[in-house]
Amino acid sequence: MSSDPSRNGVQPEPSAAPAAPAHTAPPPRALPGGGVSRAHRLVALVVDRPGVLNRVASLMRARNFNIDSLAVSRTDRADISRMTITLHGDDVAVEQAAKQLYRLIDVLKVQDVTSEPTVEHELALVKIRATDSTRAEILKLVEMSRGRAVDVSAEAIIAEVSGPETDVDAFVALVRTYGIKELVRTGAVVMARGAQSIEEALKR
Amino acid sequence: MTTRQSDPAHPPSQAAPPSDPAARPRRSHVPGDGTDHARRVEKARKDMLHEGASATAGRPALKRTRIGADVVCEALLRQGVEVFFSYPGGVILPLYDVLGDYPQLRHVLVRHEQGGAHAADGYARVTGKVGVCMGTSGPGATNLVTGIGTALLDSIPMVAITGNVPAALIGKDAFQEIDINGITLPMTKHNYLVRNADDLPRVLAEAFHIARTGRPGPVHVDITKDALQQETRAEHPTDDQVMAGLPGFRPNLDGHGRQLKLAALELARAKRPVILAGHGVLHAEAWDDLRAFAEKTQIPVAWTLLGIGAIDETHPLAYGFMGMHGWKHVNRAIQSADLLFAVGMRFDDRVTGNVRTYAPYARIVHVDIDPAEIGKNVAVEVPIVGDAGRVLRALLPMVPEVDPLARADYFAELADWKADSEGSSWHGSGAWRDGHLSADYVVSRIGELSGHEANYVADVGQNQMWLARYAGFRSPNSHVSSGGLGTMGFSVPAAMGAALGRPDRETWAITGDGGFQMTFQELMTLVQDHIPVKIALFDNKKLGMIRQWQEIIYAGNYHSAHLLGPDYLKLADAFGIPAFSAATPDEVDGAIRAAQAVDGPALIWFQIAEEQNVFPMMPAGKGLSDLIENWGGADE
Ligand SMILES: Cc1ncc(C[n+]2csc(CCOP(=O)(O)OP(=O)(O)O)c2C)c(N)n1
Ligand SMILES: [Mg+2]
Repeated sequence: MSSDPSRNGVQPEPSAAPAAPAHTAPPPRALPGGGVSRAHRLVALVVDRPGVLNRVASLMRARNFNIDSLAVSRTDRADISRMTITLHGDDVAVEQAAKQLYRLIDVLKVQDVTSEPTVEHELALVKIRATDSTRAEILKLVEMSRGRAVDVSAEAIIAEVSGPETDVDAFVALVRTYGIKELVRTGAVVMARGAQSIEEALKR
Repeated sequence: MTTRQSDPAHPPSQAAPPSDPAARPRRSHVPGDGTDHARRVEKARKDMLHEGASATAGRPALKRTRIGADVVCEALLRQGVEVFFSYPGGVILPLYDVLGDYPQLRHVLVRHEQGGAHAADGYARVTGKVGVCMGTSGPGATNLVTGIGTALLDSIPMVAITGNVPAALIGKDAFQEIDINGITLPMTKHNYLVRNADDLPRVLAEAFHIARTGRPGPVHVDITKDALQQETRAEHPTDDQVMAGLPGFRPNLDGHGRQLKLAALELARAKRPVILAGHGVLHAEAWDDLRAFAEKTQIPVAWTLLGIGAIDETHPLAYGFMGMHGWKHVNRAIQSADLLFAVGMRFDDRVTGNVRTYAPYARIVHVDIDPAEIGKNVAVEVPIVGDAGRVLRALLPMVPEVDPLARADYFAELADWKADSEGSSWHGSGAWRDGHLSADYVVSRIGELSGHEANYVADVGQNQMWLARYAGFRSPNSHVSSGGLGTMGFSVPAAMGAALGRPDRETWAITGDGGFQMTFQELMTLVQDHIPVKIALFDNKKLGMIRQWQEIIYAGNYHSAHLLGPDYLKLADAFGIPAFSAATPDEVDGAIRAAQAVDGPALIWFQIAEEQNVFPMMPAGKGLSDLIENWGGADE
């Protein structure tokens, strides 16, 4: 988390004492969380105990943070699960979400990887309406989008596409005209590039 | 959906049943009969109905096997619990079955589980130890919830234990089954559901450790009935084992060196600094550190509602109670400060009012043990995560000693403001009109006649604010108040716990007539257990704080503010509690002394002015500079 204080909307340190006279109206104090909202990705390592997903979800709800997507899985360590949480908010609000997560006893580590170089991936299955006249066209689009047709039947095609969230968005938009019968997305999973490891950081 | 499976043990017969009942094939209505799961459910059902033989019945602890219920008692003793507050019920009966074997554990049979939770809370607040309450499943557990929530919002170390239905019945809507774990999940520091006696030693040790370590808070442990009954040899873990089992729980206690340096710089530069002392100072037992720090830096100390007692109010640097009903001079000092040094407080909305106009000239150093509190409500310049005491001790040698003369102008201005505000708002409500009994007078007399050294336990509403403002607090942990949740009905039960926690001093329950009527069933507990709580009932025949808001904010639309009450002398008499009444100022001292002379609980019915307001008042949504200091008639 950055330590740049100006990000909090705090005025930079004055060189002289701020002995403003009482009659000049001071600028309003900045409200935490009132800044520009953008998508953030939090990676959380949690102890794999019953109810831990419930705790995280409940906390986000109770604290008024809106989760866009949440992907949960095992890690290479039997006792530890990993969550990738996508949410919108200004940097301060998301930092607050991370700090609230840390209050959960089962949460081991939370990292906001939004500004870090990461590999990001999401998988989607899209069941697209297909007819004799559109089938070939759809298959072509799937192929061009580096997807796979995993099921082809008389009236539908299930396409599997994966990649960054934006790629999946683009594919879905592309095939919408044919008619989407069903859509399922896993939500993004991310991993920081390079040798650094959030799991290894735990051991320290 | 599955329906009844064909059952190999009882093949459905095609023929009409023979008339001889013994010869008729019998149907089983047990879902999935014959499976392991079905057997477990059926056994659990039998146990619920007490068909299972008691493992303990009539046998002393040493002559019988050790069961989960024993583990609970052992754990309480290991944790130094002397007293706990509880109420029995079906699934927690196995515990009551063994309690007799642990005479060192004092069990107080409350009259309502909410009372038990508040009592545990009051006990914790005056002792700094973990308070313990218990209840049965279902309604017993839900009755605890308000008390657990009260403890959460005020960071009170508490362990709440409930029984639950046998593990195999969970999820079947069994009798008195409720998803209490789901209910307490967002309102505890942590919670557990224990289905196996072998897990109990670890879970209970963790629960106490979590409740008291770092920022304290309530922990709820839900134990299935069969876990209470199972035999177990599981041993209690060592502290190291407990720590190792909680890798995600490592509170940061020491402030970061670089942040401490930044804070020292801020302190050295400030011309009009104010210390904001909160509950964290009391949790950290850092009152001496706070005083030393304030004296060396010559910074006046303001306190939050729960920070009362962090400094002796008669100390020259003690400036006063801040916030919505705080002193005007204190709020003025904050609004004109160039530095706020906040320690162990969380910039609650009752403290800041509108954040945009809060302390507009001040830079802020914020010390708190919970990183999530820093930057949550107010953006700060220097965050320091750590224990209040450790941070203050680390900072002390880093700050220059300030000569009081260097702050002479500042102190002179503060003194002026103080004289001015104490003079104007002391009796600012006009209650003296017509010789009515004024609540602030009563509170100040109670403080005076008890030497400012008792346990003073507030309820919620006007009475709470009068106590905070006028009693005069001189020692730490003597003021007990439901600050965060603002739970009416808190006072009498919490005072019960406080009296048991600190029997060396008097205990006063300060309560309004509304709050008193919420939980006065605990009067009987006071009598049965001979708990010497002195109840000061401030009867304005009103939900006074509601009436005040309606008068000032809702244009005098007094819907439901008026409240009938019983004849409180008769009421107390029915419980066997000596009671006194005072309706005029000259009756006050006598009534207080009479109550003090009673060996055991006593009640004073103070018939105070019906329409007295607490001033000043910062209307919700407004700022600290927008205080209302009087209202209505000429003398108000
Ligand atoms: C359990 C609960 N319900 C409602 C409220 C809202 N409330 C706050 S103060 C108050 C009035 C309290 O009246 P009383 O106990 O007589 O105290 P007074 O203000 O008159 O001193 C009410 C209803 C509350 N704080 N707690
Ligand atoms: Mg009242």
